Amino acid sequence: MITLEGLSKTFRTADGTVEALKNVSLTVNDGDIYGIIGMSGAGKSTLVRCINLLERPTEGTIRIDGQDLCALSENELRSVRREISMIFQSFNLLAQRNCLKNICFPLELAGVKKKEAEARAHELLEFVGLPDKADSYPSQLSGGQKQRVAIARALATDPKVLLCDEATSALDPKTTHDILQLLRDLHSKLGLTIIIITHQMSVVEEICSRVAILDNGSVVEEGPVETVFSAPKSDAAKRLVFPDGYEALPYVSGSEKRLRIVFRGASTTSTPLIAQMAMEKGILASILAASIKTISDKEYGSMVLEVPDKASLDAALSYLSGTPDIVAEEVVSNE
Amino acid sequence: MNSFLFEPLSETWRIVSSEFPFAIWETLYATVLSTALAIILGLPLGILLVAGEEDGVLPLPKWLLQALNVIINILRSVPFIILMILVIPLTRLLVGKAYGTMASVVPLVIAAFPFIARLVESSLREVDPNLIEMARSMGATPFQIITKVMLRESVPSLISNCTIAITTILGYTAMSGAVGGGGLGKLAITYGYNRYMYGVMAVAVILLVVMVQLFQMIGTKTATRSDMRKR
Repeated sequence: MITLEGLSKTFRTADGTVEALKNVSLTVNDGDIYGIIGMSGAGKSTLVRCINLLERPTEGTIRIDGQDLCALSENELRSVRREISMIFQSFNLLAQRNCLKNICFPLELAGVKKKEAEARAHELLEFVGLPDKADSYPSQLSGGQKQRVAIARALATDPKVLLCDEATSALDPKTTHDILQLLRDLHSKLGLTIIIITHQMSVVEEICSRVAILDNGSVVEEGPVETVFSAPKSDAAKRLVFPDGYEALPYVSGSEKRLRIVFRGASTTSTPLIAQMAMEKGILASILAASIKTISDKEYGSMVLEVPDKASLDAALSYLSGTPDIVAEEVVSNE
Repeated sequence: MNSFLFEPLSETWRIVSSEFPFAIWETLYATVLSTALAIILGLPLGILLVAGEEDGVLPLPKWLLQALNVIINILRSVPFIILMILVIPLTRLLVGKAYGTMASVVPLVIAAFPFIARLVESSLREVDPNLIEMARSMGATPFQIITKVMLRESVPSLISNCTIAITTILGYTAMSGAVGGGGLGKLAITYGYNRYMYGVMAVAVILLVVMVQLFQMIGTKTATRSDMRKR
């Protein structure tokens, strides 16, 4: 279990101080695939670097299985770091070593015998699906292959935790999907705890079980992915979850109202709800934006509607809130 | 009125065949030995310049790092021909005499090691800081980061820079001929400058040019071969 408590990090720069993290508290349970999502500059990278103390927090504690990392000596910290592996956006493979030697690298650091290390490296190459790339150099590999080698390297020391720092951000959607499949695979086979830092909503939707939303250095929302994504409360979460673009559409008459509907589960996404509402209640709504996502194998839909006036808005809200697995709320104009 | 007068070709040949083989040997010997000794001093110093910075892998006290930088800058700014004269007492102490090839190695090393330290510094700065972070995240010690990441990853650049160093030092050995050092430079000066035998001087210069070309060619080839980034 990883517990972060009251984590703050302040950087001193030439023109003053920057608060990258403000009083962040999080708990990641063993075996979780935990997503930390935020826009760039939200403090995600600083947060993940605090977990293995590459960055020392200004305040707060980091405990792994009850052990306070900040209290450890450099030597003790080095052995803890072997249990918390990390993969990166830019892969960070050693360009002058072939794949096999790259995977051997952490074992070499730990003083494992060369023969043993190479045997393990071959095993891992097999596991990540690149058994024939042992003698290739990183420059000969595609982005997806490089990340696979980096994953194999991260697994070499049998870690308990895998930190992924924007690990799929440099990859195309298909390769991203493949890499996430691999992560899911090793999560189920090895029982690894995985922490995923990303700005990509789709990544969290695809594999995370819990998510924390980081905005401007603070955790603004935290919980199971389904809960956060189907009923986001904070502005930052709403920005990430809901389809956008409709905000720019002008209000024409001035009296029209907008509402957002969130559907949970396949039974609601397959019901012709808007048509029913028009037929039964005579509410004429136009659809401004809509999307359907699959989160943890469940369908989630969200939609933004516009109705002509306040009366139809109230009628629509009361009609919709009577339907199971649907949440409806008014969208208040920013104007 | 100064004019180029070439001695008779037979005279040129007599001197070239009798004195040049040993002079070439002396030049090579002074160059390679001084480069080797300068690397022994300059490489660790260059590493300290990078690793010793505030956010480096082995932070040094600020005053120490600054002192190293100042010393290097001072040594680098003294013209070689003057440095040779300045270090004569040290040369006498180490070698026992202030003239000859062995004696010229002392000022050569003193002139070359700060230069090599700067070259090593620039090579190591090219290493992607993300790689150092990666190694730290895997629990590498500072020593492991220096040897297995910083030095290993910059091998091609280190070889290129070593080639620059060796060709520069070759030029310095020729200069050391002016104040008692041996080798091709001494022959060029004694025959060409002092006795107006321009033919001998020309041969000495051509040989120096050929040696630089050879070193450069071997260095460039080795550097490219060792680089696994462009395969």
